[in-house]
Amino acid sequence: MDVIKVGMADLAVCKAPQKLITTGLGSCVGICLYDTGSKVGGLAHIMLPDSTQARNNQNKAKYADTAIVETINKMLVLGAEKSRIFAKIAGGAQMFNFAGTSSIMRIGERNTEAVKKHLEMLRIRIMAEDTGGNFGRTITFDPENGKLHIKTINQGEKIV
Amino acid sequence: MDFEQLNCLQKDALKEIGNIGAGNAATALSTLLNKKINMSVPNIFILPFAQVVELMGGDDTPVAGGYLQVEAKAPMSILFVIPEESLKLFLKILVGKQEAATITLDEMDISALKEVTNILAGSYLTALSGFTNMEFNPSVPALAFDMVGAILGNVLQLYGEVSDYALVIESVFLEEEKEVKGHFFLLPEPGSLEILLRELGVVF
Repeated sequence: MDVIKVGMADLAVCKAPQKLITTGLGSCVGICLYDTGSKVGGLAHIMLPDSTQARNNQNKAKYADTAIVETINKMLVLGAEKSRIFAKIAGGAQMFNFAGTSSIMRIGERNTEAVKKHLEMLRIRIMAEDTGGNFGRTITFDPENGKLHIKTINQGEKIV
Repeated sequence: MDFEQLNCLQKDALKEIGNIGAGNAATALSTLLNKKINMSVPNIFILPFAQVVELMGGDDTPVAGGYLQVEAKAPMSILFVIPEESLKLFLKILVGKQEAATITLDEMDISALKEVTNILAGSYLTALSGFTNMEFNPSVPALAFDMVGAILGNVLQLYGEVSDYALVIESVFLEEEKEVKGHFFLLPEPGSLEILLRELGVVF
């Protein structure tokens, strides 16, 4: 089975039967986009909410806003149709609990909010979501049927 | 200044920080565990984020991570990572926990591991402070037991807005029979690097 690995602040697109995997999502968010018509899928592993606030925004895959647009563009090249693209998202946890949590530690929550906002702006519906908590996730995404497999260390596994 | 542009002299100075800090911390760890602890020559890594994670054995390896932030003229954070196998031994020595196939941490374990992070960071920073004449105020530590990618990802986000690279000063502690292993990461925030190097007397 052909599985493409997506690293941190990285993105990739593929066509079924290829699958996409990203491991160790903490406060990062994994954005899975798919078009079941053409069976083209994309996965972005974003680290931060907003490229416009950053001094270094060369890497489009690092930020929620630019990563979504870039993934969609790459999917269109593979034959996806914009109007048929749906999304599933996972991640956005807070790994460390500090007293008086500063905004830098709330980054998971901010990432999730930003991803949702930008998907809504692009009129892409979120079909499933597994976000928040204080644990890491490894996700495997199958563009064949849009199934998202989520694995954790202490919270079991599930498919959404 | 970008991490990628460091020259040999600057890297050596940073290694020296690692040496002195880790030396102190190893002594503290040795007292705490009542075992002889050796430490490695510190490694300086300037790596893309993804590779920092690879360094720890790939992103879904389970580890315990004690993390704290250091307030100072040169702010930084400290992460002490204990691989799963060593964690069992750590807990056996520290709180008398029975070894089991899978690890679940109770409040006592978490508290003990936080204390280890605290003691290591404290002794590391004391050394660094003596060396640089700067004051360092560490926060209360936080602890997580999870995938190393998730833990490091959360910490590396601090750098995300300014760089795709992280500077990692890593020291590895080994117990004599190589059972207890821990990775100590000192992560200066991007702007802190110049300040640290200047205090160390390295001219640009």
